[in-house]
Amino acid sequence: MNPFLAQFQQEVPLSWYLILSATLFSFGVVGFLIKRNLITVFMSIELMLNAVNLSFVTFAHQWHAVKGQIFVFFVMMVAAAEAAVGLAIIIAVFRVRATLAVDRIDRMKL
Amino acid sequence: MHLILFLVFAGFCLAGAINLLLQSHPINSALSLVVVMTSLAVLYLMLGAEFLAAAQVIVYAGAIMVLFTFVVMLLNAGREERTLGSSAARVVGFPAVVVILSVLATVIVKTQGLGTAGLSQGITSTEDLSKVLFTELLLPFEVTSVLVLIAILGAVALARHGHGEQPLPVPANGERTAGK
Repeated sequence: MNPFLAQFQQEVPLSWYLILSATLFSFGVVGFLIKRNLITVFMSIELMLNAVNLSFVTFAHQWHAVKGQIFVFFVMMVAAAEAAVGLAIIIAVFRVRATLAVDRIDRMKL
Repeated sequence: MHLILFLVFAGFCLAGAINLLLQSHPINSALSLVVVMTSLAVLYLMLGAEFLAAAQVIVYAGAIMVLFTFVVMLLNAGREERTLGSSAARVVGFPAVVVILSVLATVIVKTQGLGTAGLSQGITSTEDLSKVLFTELLLPFEVTSVLVLIAILGAVALARHGHGEQPLPVPANGERTAGK
């Protein structure tokens, strides 16, 4: 096989996928810490969930296990439910406080 | 080809994640999160998870992010103020993030026996997935459906105007009065 075609056959080590997943997770944590908007903080949590899903899929590929992918499916469902409830809570908080800045939402009581 | 696709879409993922951190307007952050999620769908496809790639686009990049952008626009969320944040986040948080990332990266790099992913390797068909899901894991699946139902009811109850109060009167022409 000539070298030009050979580079199209190249395979990627699964550790690269795992490192990408770890990096995305860290970005999610950093976003959770530095973002000052309630909605963006919530988006950072979604980013972390996605990063973990990527490592689930990677390990499912490694062990040829279908259940790893099904776990990702469940995580997606729970994330959808969580997003619906979380955004409803954000709307309720905004209605009372009229702000989304996390610095000013520092008490549980109204 | 797999290598090129991986590098391109991993680059999109990282660029989207960094852009999410740098943008100060929530709508820009939401759109960069869409980029991250769509690139992740391509990566799932490259790892042979065809159903999850479709579900990622439909559920995450579609439904959840539409919900996010809808809330950002509904609440008219403006540019966020840059504050220094809590001192605990700076003192404990960032070193912890660096430590976690380096520990994870070290463990992953040192792990032996991890395989490779190539385009020629087989994909997990939706049929295989659903056989396991609807036979062995039927009970968790049904429990999840109940969970989603409860979440819908909870979201409606939370986002409604005023808890325990009478619902807003609906005028005769059927048009709801505008909320405050």
